[in-house]
Amino acid sequence: MPATLDYFRAIPVVETIGGDRTMVLNMGPQHPSTHGVLRLVVEIDGETVVRIRPDIGYLHTGIEKTCEAKFYQQVIPMTDRIDYLAPMANNLAYVLAVEKLLGLEVPPRAMWIRLMLSELTRISSHLVWLGTHAMDIGAMTVFLYCFREREEILKMYEMVAGQRMMTSYFRVGGLSMNLPLGFLDYLKNFTNYFPARIEQYSDLLTSNPIWMVRTKGVAKISKEDAMELMLTGPTARASGIDWDLRRDMPYGGYENLEFKVPLATEGDVYARYMVRMEELRQSLGMVKQAMANLPDGPIKADAPKIVLPDREKMKTQMESLIHHFKIVTEGFNVPEGEVYQGIESPRGEMGYYVVSDGTAKPYRVHMRAPSFANLNAIGPMCEGNLLADVVAAIGSIDIILGDVDR
Amino acid sequence: MPLEPAITDLEQLKDRPAVAALEAGLPGALQAAKFDRSELTLWIDPLKIIPALTLLRDSAATSYKSLADVTAVDWLPAEPRFEVVYSLLSYERRERLRVKVKVSGNDPYIESATVLWPGASPFEREIFDLFGIRFLGHPDLRRILLPDDWEGHPLRKDYPVEGYR
Amino acid sequence: MSALTFLIVALIKIAITLGVLLTVVAYTVWLERKVVGRMQNRWGPSRVGPFGLLQPLADGIKFLLKEDLTPPYVEKNIYLLAPGLALIMALTSIALVPIGPVIHLFGISTPVQITGVVDAAGQPSDINVGLLIVLGITSLGVYGIALAGWSSNSKYSLLGSLRASAQMVSYEVSLGLSLVGVLLMSSTLSLSGIVHAQQSTWFGVIPQWFLFRGQFVAFFIYMIAAFAETNRIPFDLPEAETELVAGYHTEYSAMKFAMFFMAEYANMVTVACIASVMFLGGWTGPTISFLPLAVQAFLPLVWFTAKIFFFLFLYIWIRGTLPRFRYDQLMAFGWKFLFPLALANVIVTAFFVAWRA
Repeated sequence: MPATLDYFRAIPVVETIGGDRTMVLNMGPQHPSTHGVLRLVVEIDGETVVRIRPDIGYLHTGIEKTCEAKFYQQVIPMTDRIDYLAPMANNLAYVLAVEKLLGLEVPPRAMWIRLMLSELTRISSHLVWLGTHAMDIGAMTVFLYCFREREEILKMYEMVAGQRMMTSYFRVGGLSMNLPLGFLDYLKNFTNYFPARIEQYSDLLTSNPIWMVRTKGVAKISKEDAMELMLTGPTARASGIDWDLRRDMPYGGYENLEFKVPLATEGDVYARYMVRMEELRQSLGMVKQAMANLPDGPIKADAPKIVLPDREKMKTQMESLIHHFKIVTEGFNVPEGEVYQGIESPRGEMGYYVVSDGTAKPYRVHMRAPSFANLNAIGPMCEGNLLADVVAAIGSIDIILGDVDR
Repeated sequence: MPLEPAITDLEQLKDRPAVAALEAGLPGALQAAKFDRSELTLWIDPLKIIPALTLLRDSAATSYKSLADVTAVDWLPAEPRFEVVYSLLSYERRERLRVKVKVSGNDPYIESATVLWPGASPFEREIFDLFGIRFLGHPDLRRILLPDDWEGHPLRKDYPVEGYR
Repeated sequence: MSALTFLIVALIKIAITLGVLLTVVAYTVWLERKVVGRMQNRWGPSRVGPFGLLQPLADGIKFLLKEDLTPPYVEKNIYLLAPGLALIMALTSIALVPIGPVIHLFGISTPVQITGVVDAAGQPSDINVGLLIVLGITSLGVYGIALAGWSSNSKYSLLGSLRASAQMVSYEVSLGLSLVGVLLMSSTLSLSGIVHAQQSTWFGVIPQWFLFRGQFVAFFIYMIAAFAETNRIPFDLPEAETELVAGYHTEYSAMKFAMFFMAEYANMVTVACIASVMFLGGWTGPTISFLPLAVQAFLPLVWFTAKIFFFLFLYIWIRGTLPRFRYDQLMAFGWKFLFPLALANVIVTAFFVAWRA
């Protein structure tokens, strides 16, 4: 029987296991550092956490059910709203899954743009993580520095997709539109000054003694526990699980990129911090590579019955107009079958399990949300530690409640 | 990459490590198999799911050490109505495997995988919450996303998209 | 000086000091928002008045007009008493601080210090245990916080006030010990006496402040303990916003919250005053002889203000830079590092003082 199973045991919430010594503290759903609407039922003995149980579902919107009533292309905007800090990663996972179902391949330009924006998404997501994590531990300035750079990335989102957060930019068979003029210059400028900015955050935190005592040896997770708890992503890599889907099971063209997968073995908050900081640098390198390799060419696959035609063609060619009308009103049929497409989202393995029954609407869409699984770690991380460490632990696993509750 | 027809013949798939290990270690547990879109799916006897998962995890030939995902699909009006879907992942062989179990629509239940991966706990609670499939041996089988007093299981196909009015 | 004159002079001094202190408190908040804002790449207050200078006024009006909630489950009397207690204690201690030298106005001579008088010989004198009173009053301030947390009947508030009590009691020890070195060297507890002991200079240039006379370790200890005493980052655990929401003042709103807020900033000012009196020579500073006499009369006030400003800026600067300690680390740091260091400082200072004598 695995030892970590104890953290999931049923315990009546109203009873304390410590008797009169302990008290039950409700952290959340409205609490400044639960990153959304997470509720933690914490039993504390003084400042020591005796027991902690997450209570989720406050942000449940039934996206999986809604998907079953939508056409395949109509699901894309909903995927943005799952992990709202990494919309492109969700888009990517979903469109890859549907493309796999269809047996569709996207043109190289679309592939490279997807790679570029996926990594940019990782940077933006990690920036929010770093900012909020640092602020939870009390370093307020880092937060605003991170948001300064994130703002630039959101501007770039707006340039490509017309939207700052809910981009819905990746489409089945390609992209919704081509990159706008001036985008690459803007991005190039960003990649030029961003390394210095990473060092700026690092200067404020990495060797700061207070940051170190607050994070080193705190909220440890061993490799075995991480395995049992189904942790993925940077949280798992900080515990020594050398696994990154981008490298080990490449999808969407990652085999064309050169990058290192940062790894740490300590499994504490500091290790997770270091892993993510290194990921920021690696992602920036990948963005640069994608920019350098970006070819010219079409951004949509040549599949007129699936991919919306260009505006220009639609207005001049009868056939395109018919296809456009059919796709918009009736969707496109997807051959029967099922796929599971896992991608390495900024938080871990984001998996889309799509079942098709041959119609234009998915029979079942299941999202394997990385935050949902990573939240498992909160018990083993916090029990026996101090209340202040709970905040550090939540920050270090980088959960997004939209992702947890879906 | 045009789609290739799915391979459903067990004979053609028997050299796959997962199929071979199950045939050798747990004869009779494997009910069917499918290789489609380069993903392998195995249907396992519901009564033998835990031994089968244990075997797939611990056997050196398969070593599916990680459970990536647990979910379910409702195939109303078919019977057995539900399929519980386990997504296994092998770090060493960089390969995924989908294990499926058919569960009856009439009092659906299955053994819990939390004895192997405690982390499956919230996933199974989610299935219990949204499909109403019970997991025997689960340490804390309560609703997880919906309120405790919610009626019905929304992801069942007979649950209307707009909810009961 | 007749009793009536004394009373009037005292009242005028109290009114002016209190008015100035409250203004300083309000503008410290403005300064903090502005400086931290610029450090963090933002503007800070900029809408109300030029450079947002009227922001404190707007904040004050907002605090006054906000709905004053009293949760139904609180221990009402104590709940209402606590913010007042905190604020009164924070404001009272400024009375002991010598802000400037003796001034002569309208034929009356009096030091710029509420509790100071001019004695028969024309020398300024004040309460001879002034420092003890200041320490005593600031220690009483913790009652405001502890009672606020307890009477709020909220778990977060309770935790916050527990942290505050433990933290303040612990750091009070190091704070007090760090001042002992200065007391040994000045051999007086009177604050104006301590300022006078630092008035002379070496070579006419370097002021003989206690900081330069070997008390830099004590100064360092005092500054750290002062941060803890005033609940500022990195020691802001009692109100650690991201852990305890707002700690002991979670349940307070409107003016009652504003009173805690003012108490915190008034404490910052007081602590800065004590630091400059004890280590940086208070209002002493180089005289600039080419200035007109009327301006020269104000120089001590300018020096004192500059020193206070330096400390306040340090507070703000650190707030913009450092994360927060954890409770056990805070305690360990206080008892295992600061306390022995402060003791060692006292012993070494005592040795030198005895040896010189």
